[in-house]
Order: sequence, then C-alpha cells, then structure tokens
Amino acid sequence: MQHQLLIGYDDRHTFLNRLSGSTKLLCFVGLSIIGMMTYDTRYLLAIMALSLVVFRFSKIKYRDVSFVLSVIVGFSVLNLVMVYVFAPHYGVSIYGTEHLLLGTSDHYFNLTVEQLFYEFNLLLKYTFAVPLALIFLMTTNPSEFAASLNKIGISYRISYSVAIALRYIPDVQADYRTISLAQQARGFEMSKKAHLLTRVRGGLQILLPLIFSSLDRIETISQAMELRRFGKGKKRSWYMAQRFKRNDYLALAIVAVLILIGIALFKVNGGRFWNPFKA
Amino acid sequence: MQKQSSSIRTVVATGIGAAVIFVLMKFVAIPTGVPNTQVNVAMGFLALLGAIFGPVAAGLAVFIGHALNDFVTYGSPWWTWVIVDGLIGFAFGLAHKRLNIQNGKLGTAKLVWFNIYQIVVNFIGWVLLAPTGDIIIYHEPANKVFIQGIVTWITDSISVAIIGTILLVLYARTRTKGGSLTKER
Repeated sequence: MQHQLLIGYDDRHTFLNRLSGSTKLLCFVGLSIIGMMTYDTRYLLAIMALSLVVFRFSKIKYRDVSFVLSVIVGFSVLNLVMVYVFAPHYGVSIYGTEHLLLGTSDHYFNLTVEQLFYEFNLLLKYTFAVPLALIFLMTTNPSEFAASLNKIGISYRISYSVAIALRYIPDVQADYRTISLAQQARGFEMSKKAHLLTRVRGGLQILLPLIFSSLDRIETISQAMELRRFGKGKKRSWYMAQRFKRNDYLALAIVAVLILIGIALFKVNGGRFWNPFKA
Repeated sequence: MQKQSSSIRTVVATGIGAAVIFVLMKFVAIPTGVPNTQVNVAMGFLALLGAIFGPVAAGLAVFIGHALNDFVTYGSPWWTWVIVDGLIGFAFGLAHKRLNIQNGKLGTAKLVWFNIYQIVVNFIGWVLLAPTGDIIIYHEPANKVFIQGIVTWITDSISVAIIGTILLVLYARTRTKGGSLTKER
C-alpha cells in the first residue's frame, strides 16, 4: 500500500506537455475506440509502435510506471488463459480454417495457429492503449482535465464533478489510511495473520467512519459552493483552460487520418477481422 | 431555490461519491478466483449513495469512479463494464423515492423490497447487458464472459445485500423520524 497508486503528473517540458488537454483527451478517446472495434493485427501493431515512439518522447521514466505495467501484464495473461480454457476453438470458428500445432481435432484442449493468432490479437487489444493512457495521465494537469472535458462538450456540472473526484481522491485515501491505523491501534487485527471473518469485521469498522465522514464532506462542500453561487450561470470559464495552437490542430489531424485508415480497413477486410489464413 | 441547491448537492455527491468508489475499488476488493471479478465493497456504498442522492448522482459517480480506477489500474477503461456499472448505479438511484430514507423510517418490508430489486437489477446488468456488450464490442468468447458476468452478479448482489443493507439501516438511524415531533396543546 506504500507505493504511489495514482500515477503522478509532472511537467516534463516536452511538446506533449504543451499540447492542450482537450487535444490529448480527443486523441486518446478516438484511438482507443477505433482500437476497441478493429481486429486488424497490422493496424493494432502500427498504433502500438506509434504510441511507443510517442512514449519515448514523453520522457516518462520506466520505474515510474513499472508497477502499473506489471499489473497490466498479470491481468492480460489471466484473461488470455481464461479465454483459452473456455474457448480453445474460438480462433478456428472466427478464421474458418484449422492448422493444428498440438493434439488432434477431437481433443478439447488442442492448439491451433488460429487460436494463437486470435489470442495475440486480444493481447494487442488489451495493451495497445496503455502507452497512450500513461502519456495522457502523466502529461495532463488534473486541473486542466476538467476544463478539457468541458471544452469537448460535456456539461460543466459533470466536468466539475470529475474535478471534485480528482481533487478528493488523495483526501479520501488519506482518511482511509488514518481510520485504518486508528482502528488497528484500538486492537483490530487486519493483517493476513487474522481470521477472514475478523478481517471482514475490521474492514467494516473502517468502512463506516469513512463513508459517514464522506457524507458530511458532501454537505460542507455543497454549502460552500452554494455560497459562492455555483451553477447560477449557463457557462463557466476555467482558469486552467488552454487555447488550441498549431500543434494541437496537427495532432488532431494525424489522429483523424489514423481513424479514417482504421475505418477504411473495415471495408478492405470485409469486417472487423483481418484474416491472413485465407490465401 | 430548493431545486438549485439540490443540483449543487448532486454535483458534489457525484464527485465525492466517485472518489470514495475509486478508493474502495482500489483497496477493499476481495478477489474471487475468476479473473477480473471481485467482491466489491463499493457496490454496497453505491446503494446508499443512490438512496440518498438519487439516480443521476449514483450513476455518474460509479461511472467516473470505475473509469478512473480502470484507467490507473489497467491503462484503459473496459467500457462495456463501466457503462453497465453506471446503469446499475442509475437503477439503484431510482429506488430513492420509494425507500424515502430521509424521513428515517426504514422497515423490514422496504429492505426486503430493495434487496429483491437490486438482485434483479444486478441480474439484468451483469448477466444480460455486460456479456452481450463484451461479445458485440470486444468479440470475446461467449462462455468466458458469461462466467465472469454470473460471478459478478452473485458477488455484487451479496455485497449490496450485506454491506448495502447495513449502511442503509445505519444511515436511516441518523435521520430524524418524520412526524416524531408533536405539537403541545
């Protein structure tokens, strides 16, 4: 619990930091939606390569993200194993051919090239957005994030909710830790040594103060905001908002072209899958 | 005037609710053994949030909290489940009129009704909507996502039934009961 959980924003003085938050948000959302839809291996590999190149430029250090990366790898491997256990013939049914590597076709757990290829595609889909997401998280000031949301057309009340969430996550986390230590000082054993049932009860003893103090906090903050006349106007200006510059338009144009290529590939492939097994 | 202040409360409840859900999903989740499913304490809190602040706050709060949590844990949100969570939060919020927790009267009948309601809502969300979305959007094998969906349905229902019910009862006790004052003659 000691490691830093929220990946930190830091001004690293790169061109990525100078792009406006709205640009980065639009690029990330656009690319992740097209990547979610497509199963074209070439396209996914190209996007992955591109985002890794951009990641190099962002000057983010490996040790800052190593923990997150290990979680993502673990999650992907678990999912891939589960897909194989539940549907070892799924690749065959998608690509329509069967090239056996291990076992015979009447075994349940046989291994086909098609299955490996399908799972490789899945792995790409789980991971291709990770460099982009890390870039977005680590080069965008959290305060600017809400302004960006508002700029791309989300109502300022919802944007403000997101801003409040980002602002109070560290506070709630600190509360959680304080309450947990206080309860342990009172003798609630919560380490792995204790029984599961005692641990669950201990968990509840943390949960209740945390939730009730958060409810009080909601009252306090909403009264403070009401005194400052929040929500009286139709629009709202943002201190952290940035104007679009040349590079913003350039980045948006590049991503738009990439998305159009992705859509064109649906036509070329006659569907979402690229099938290398059909000659 | 009343309407205005309740809309500010919704904005704040969404934000703080999302922060609490984020922290609960991050720290207080008990894995079940099936990948990417866990007993989520956050769902119990969601029931309380919905009962107090209504559908919009609960739906958006869990949407934001879950998306942020996926973002920092897995790199990118698993959109189908995030959206389903948002819809479930919205559905929990729809119960707030009927529960009417603010007047402090929360009998067994209401609690039983709410628990049946939440099990049905979770069923529609996790067993019908989420796997269908996974199959259509992500093209994952059907039996894998249905197993994940069914496990999540069971664990989330249990989480709401135990933690949600405890929270609702305790919260109702802190409210002044409607009609508890009598006029002296």
